[in-house]
Order: sequence, then structure tokens, then C-alpha cells
Amino acid sequence: MLKTFPQGGVHPEEGKYSANSVIETLPLPKTVSIPISQHIGAPSKAIVAKGDKVKVGDKIAESAGFVSANIHSSVSGTVVKVDKVLDSSGYKQTCVIINVEGDEWNEAIDRSADLKKEISLTDKEIINKINESGIVGLGGATFPSHVKLSVPDGKKIDVLIINGVECEPYLTSDHRLMLEKAEEMLIGIQILMKALSVNSALIGIENNKPDAISHLEGLVKDYPGIEVHALKVQYPQGGEKQLIKALINREVPSGGLPLNVGAVVHNVGTAFAVYEAVQKNKPLFERVVTLTGKSVAKPSNFMVRIGAPVTELIEAAGGLPEDTGKVINGGPMMGKALNSIEVPVVKGTSGILIMPVELSSRKKESDCIRCAKCVSVCAQGLEPYLLNKLAQLERNDKLETEGVMDCIECGSCSYTCPAGLPLLDYMRLGKSRVSQIIRSRKQ
Amino acid sequence: MNKLFISPSPHVYEDTTVKRLMYDVVIALLPALAISIYFFGMGAIIVTLTAVVSCLAFEWLIQKFILKQEPSITDGSAAVTGILLAFNIPTSLPIWIIIVGSLVAIGVAKMSFGGLGNNPFNPALVGRVFMLISFPVQMTSWPVPTGFNNSYTDAVTGATPLGVMKEGIGAGESMSAIMDKIPSHMELFYGHMGGSMGEVAAIALILGLVYMLYKKVIKIHIPASIILTITVFTGILWLINPESNADPLFHLLTGGVMLGAIFMATDYVTSPMSVKGMWVFGIGIGLITVSIRVFGAYPEGISFAILIMNAFVPLINSYIKPKRFGEEVKNG
Repeated sequence: MLKTFPQGGVHPEEGKYSANSVIETLPLPKTVSIPISQHIGAPSKAIVAKGDKVKVGDKIAESAGFVSANIHSSVSGTVVKVDKVLDSSGYKQTCVIINVEGDEWNEAIDRSADLKKEISLTDKEIINKINESGIVGLGGATFPSHVKLSVPDGKKIDVLIINGVECEPYLTSDHRLMLEKAEEMLIGIQILMKALSVNSALIGIENNKPDAISHLEGLVKDYPGIEVHALKVQYPQGGEKQLIKALINREVPSGGLPLNVGAVVHNVGTAFAVYEAVQKNKPLFERVVTLTGKSVAKPSNFMVRIGAPVTELIEAAGGLPEDTGKVINGGPMMGKALNSIEVPVVKGTSGILIMPVELSSRKKESDCIRCAKCVSVCAQGLEPYLLNKLAQLERNDKLETEGVMDCIECGSCSYTCPAGLPLLDYMRLGKSRVSQIIRSRKQ
Repeated sequence: MNKLFISPSPHVYEDTTVKRLMYDVVIALLPALAISIYFFGMGAIIVTLTAVVSCLAFEWLIQKFILKQEPSITDGSAAVTGILLAFNIPTSLPIWIIIVGSLVAIGVAKMSFGGLGNNPFNPALVGRVFMLISFPVQMTSWPVPTGFNNSYTDAVTGATPLGVMKEGIGAGESMSAIMDKIPSHMELFYGHMGGSMGEVAAIALILGLVYMLYKKVIKIHIPASIILTITVFTGILWLINPESNADPLFHLLTGGVMLGAIFMATDYVTSPMSVKGMWVFGIGIGLITVSIRVFGAYPEGISFAILIMNAFVPLINSYIKPKRFGEEVKNG
């Protein structure tokens, strides 16, 4: 029996069309727009101005606090302006706009392809380096990585969990990375283990990627302490609470963090970025992005410079299909629909999914028949039908006691509802109201 | 370029709809319908058609002229109510009683609460119990299963196995003497006995259950808990005194246990939301059913048992919750 999380879950059509597309380097764009807020936490402060010359890897915006991240230029050229530009959030955000001139890299970056195995830095130095390099969680949550590695006093971490689940349908960027950059990723995992002073790291991969599992199983023999675990395909296994439960059978308490149960979770993409930052001195300014969809001519995986416009990825994958109805930043379960394809790729862009028009609208709504399917698919053990009603009635007190804040917004309830009810929409509304109340209570 | 669609996630949906679920229930009911037609002939066809057509008609009329809503009779729920209502009544029941029963089922039990999804009680059972109380003579004249030799208007009637048993016990007969008057267990399994359409063939109903489980229309918890409870409860009584109590298999194969456990108690709207709640609900139905059969005045009790437990569903839903992730920390 393959491991998985025990409660709830769905299995949407996988649609991994780009699983066999080797990672290609996207040609350099003419201009890039790099948002100064690409992470959870305080937006960073731009430290360049119009007319400045920058090289690839130069810092252009500085972290504005502990929970924040540095931003580096992904290209060489001249800063045209620092201005508000529409980004993938759907709002205008401050971006550094750079005209690309050549491809001149910061001299400190080691551009050789050699694999560097020895880890010379100490744990503190590693965390500093990761902080300096602007690394955030590349699974999509974009939480600054150095924060997760700075374990508060009194907490003991005994295991590092590496998320190679990629449970979102369609997306394949982590899958390709595990196949093509496996050694780098494993060294990155060793670096993270050293930073956390743990002896054990578990890589969780869903069983629909047997090539990645066998490839890594072959390699980990040379990396003591790292184990590969195949998991049953079940969404939302990539949620860190579900993944920890599946791998080590520990349950992160309600409202708690993985470190409450002695675990830290990082994505495989983050592990790769950590390798590049620590061993090659290369800050985070590019990432793997899947460009896919049912009607896309050439579903692909690209190595993309941060700030490159999504339109260029679409062109490189054969152009925007005729029947396009929706363009999603991320996967179909948790991704955000874009209102424009002119927006830049950011650190959290794991994929761009193009949905044909016939799959772009919602199911027709009808009345709740209390079939309880939403209850049985909820991986957090909540009752979405009830939370949906309570949110509509603005019963905020009851919403809180019924656990609305435990919702991980995986979307399984809305996905499965035969009546096509927008359960998650109302739960999000309820969450935002309740979190406001909780915040005001603390003051 | 065309305008892009914008909506919050998720962006994909399972292709199940309310309509599909309802028609899957209809499909699951077909084997039992076929066996009933085989045993009861024309009567089965007339009763089913009358019930289905009048349920659909009442729902349409009420939505159109009283509630002024867009009629939604194509969602299949009224058809399911119609078939279940037909399954609960004798195949010789006069048409006008069926129509009155349908009006109570749809009009009173379902639409007056706001239609599909809002009714606290199972509409078909409300209709059935209304008819049983109002027309006790017609509702307990069960045609003998003689196939198409059965005439709808002038059927030969006889008692159900449960009726025979109740009468026998009342007259002080021993269980083995009563059992001699009743078809064998194997015949009960295939449905060769007097009774309402849906009550007769356990095998056909189980086939429907398998289909619904395969299609993930329902979960096993409610049928399993009802059947287990009845087995255990009647088993204990039988072991204590086999001369005055029937064996568990007899209880399971007669009356409406299979129909009730598989199709009536599993009605989405009137059953609990959590798995634990479903077990409480099922165990309650099992206990009440056996209590009525063994200690009560009626030979059969599952309709009342389900209706009584329906009333507890809101309570069950507010006190019996699924286990929340991270609620109690168990590390191992």
C-alpha cells in the first residue's frame, strides 16, 4: 500500500501533457518588469532608479524586514523606470522595468556547469546566504525560505520534508526538475539539512511520476539521510499538512505550523534554488515554468527569467490557442485566473495553464442536496456545506468555531459539488472576515 | 483577442451533477422494478406509472403556479420519489389513493419546505405513512405474487410474511409453526412473497446497492449500519428464544428492510452529513425497526424508524462532526 493522507481528497484528471518536455531556456525578452513584492510578507524596497545600469544577479530591491525577500535583476541592461504595472495578482504593483542589453552576469556568480558537492558554509552562513539570495518557497506559496530555516528557540526539528508531490493537475515543472537537476537538488537538500541540523530528509513524490522516483532512488544512495517515498496520487497531497501526515504520520495542530511537529517542508524547486545560491553564488532570478493546456500546440517547460512577460512563454509554446477562454497562473485547483497575459513571470509562477473556452465557465448552480460529498472530500475534516451557509448568513462566531480558519483553500469541495455551488468562494469570504475579527481581538 | 474569463479557483470540476446522481438512483431501482413486474404483472406497471407521473405533475404545478419558480422536474428527484412511493404500496392500490399519496409526498413533505434539499423528512415515506394511516385496509391488502395472471382490479390478496408472523405470535403459535406457513428464505431472497413492490426481492435491491456504490452515489455506512444493527438485535432475541423470535435472516429478507436501508434511509437530504453521524442514524433506524416489529402493533416498522431518525438528523449534524485535521495531536 502506497502512503497517502488518510482523510478526504480528490483525484482530478491529471492532464500532465508537458511531462516529457525537456526544460528549454526561454530566449531573453526585450524588457522585463520585476515586481518588488513577489513573496509573502513586507514588499521589498527598490534600490535602483531610472537610468541605472544593472547586471544579471544584481540586487535591485532590498528585503524590508525579517519576513521579506531580496529581489535581483534577472537581466543586464538599463532601468527604464520604477512604476506601477499590472501583475499576476490582478492589481497594479510597483515593478522595476529593465530594458535588456546583452547578457552580462555579475562576476560573483559561478556560471560553470560543474557539480559542486562539498558544503563549506556553516549553518548560520547558509541561512544568511539563502536570505541574501532572495529565495522563497517555489511551490507557489512564496514564503521566504530563510524564515522557515530559522527555527525559534525551544523548538526541535528532526526531519526535513521535501515536497516533490506536484499534486496540481497539468503542472510538470517540479517533475522535470527532479529528472534533469536531480543531483543539484539533492545537494540543495543536504544544504538545507545542514542549516536545520537534521539527519533525515524525506522526499515525497506521487506515484504518477515513476521516472522521477526511480531516478532519485538510484541517486540517493550517495546521499546519506535522504530517502525517496512514493505516494498514492491524491489531491491535495502537496499541502504541507497533508504531506507531513502522509510521510511521517504527524498531525500539525489546528492553527499550528509544521515546526510544531518537528518538521520543516521545502519544495524541490526551492532545494534546487538553494543549491545554486549556496554553491554557485547565484541569487534567485530564474525558475522553471510549465506552459500547458489542452489546446496548447507545444506544452513545454521553460527556464524563465523572473519578470519576463507571460506572452513570450505563450509564443514559445506555439502561440495562444484560438479557443482560449481562461489563462491561469498556477494549476487548475489553486491557480489564479489572469485578467491579462501581459503580466510578468514571478518567483511563485510554477506554471501557466491555458484553458479552452468550453472548460472556462463554472458548472450551473442548483440547490444543495446535502449529499455530503464536500464533507467527505475535505482533507481538513471541515464541513464546507455548513461553512458556506454560515458565511452567507455572516455568522462569524459560528464560522470560527466550525474551523473556517483551518481551510487550506485546496478547492476540493467546489470541485466535487454536484450542485456546482461556489463553496470555496464563500469560505474564503468567511476566512477573511474571521481573520479580521481575530486580529482586532489581539489588539 | 477575446476577453479572458476570470473566476476564483478551482477552475476544474467533477462532471457529477444532481441530475446524474438522481438518474443513477433510478437506474439502481430498475432491477427491483423488473422483478416486481415479473411477480405482480400489470399492477406493478400501473402503480409505478401513476406514482411517477403524479409526483412529476404535482411538482411542476406547485413550482409553476404556487411558488412561481422555474420548474425543475427534470432534475430527477421527483421521479425517484415517485418510484420509491410505488415501491412502498400494494400493487392493487386504487389509482386515486396513489394520487393523493403523491400529493402528500411532493406537496406536503417536499415543496412546502422549499423543495429539493430542504425537506426534513423523506417525501416517499411521508406519502406512504399518510396512506397507511388514512387507508389502512387498502394499504394492507397485499396481492399474491402470481405474475401476469394477477389482475390489477381484482387481485388475490394475502398477508405478508411479517403479517403472518405477527398474527401467529398474537395467536400464540410457535415460531416453527409460523415458519411453515411462510415461503423459504431462498424464496424470500428472490422475492417470491406477498408485499409491496420494492419489498419483495432482496437480490434486486442489493444489485441496486452495488451499482450505487460503484458509481459513488452513496456510501456504504447507512445500509451497513442498519443491516448490522438489525442482525445483531434480532440475533440476540433469536438466540434467547428461537421459538418466539424469528431468525435475523428472516428479518432482513422480509418487509422493507432492504428497500429502506438501501434506498430510503440513504436519501441525501434527510440523512446525516458525517460518517460518524451516518452510523448513529443507521443504528437508530435498526433499533427502532426491530422494536416496532417485535414489540409494537405494526408488523413492519422501518418506515416509522426512518422518519423518526430523520427528525434527529439536524441534531446529529450539529453534535456529531467529522474529525478535524489537527484537532487532537497524535504523533507517532
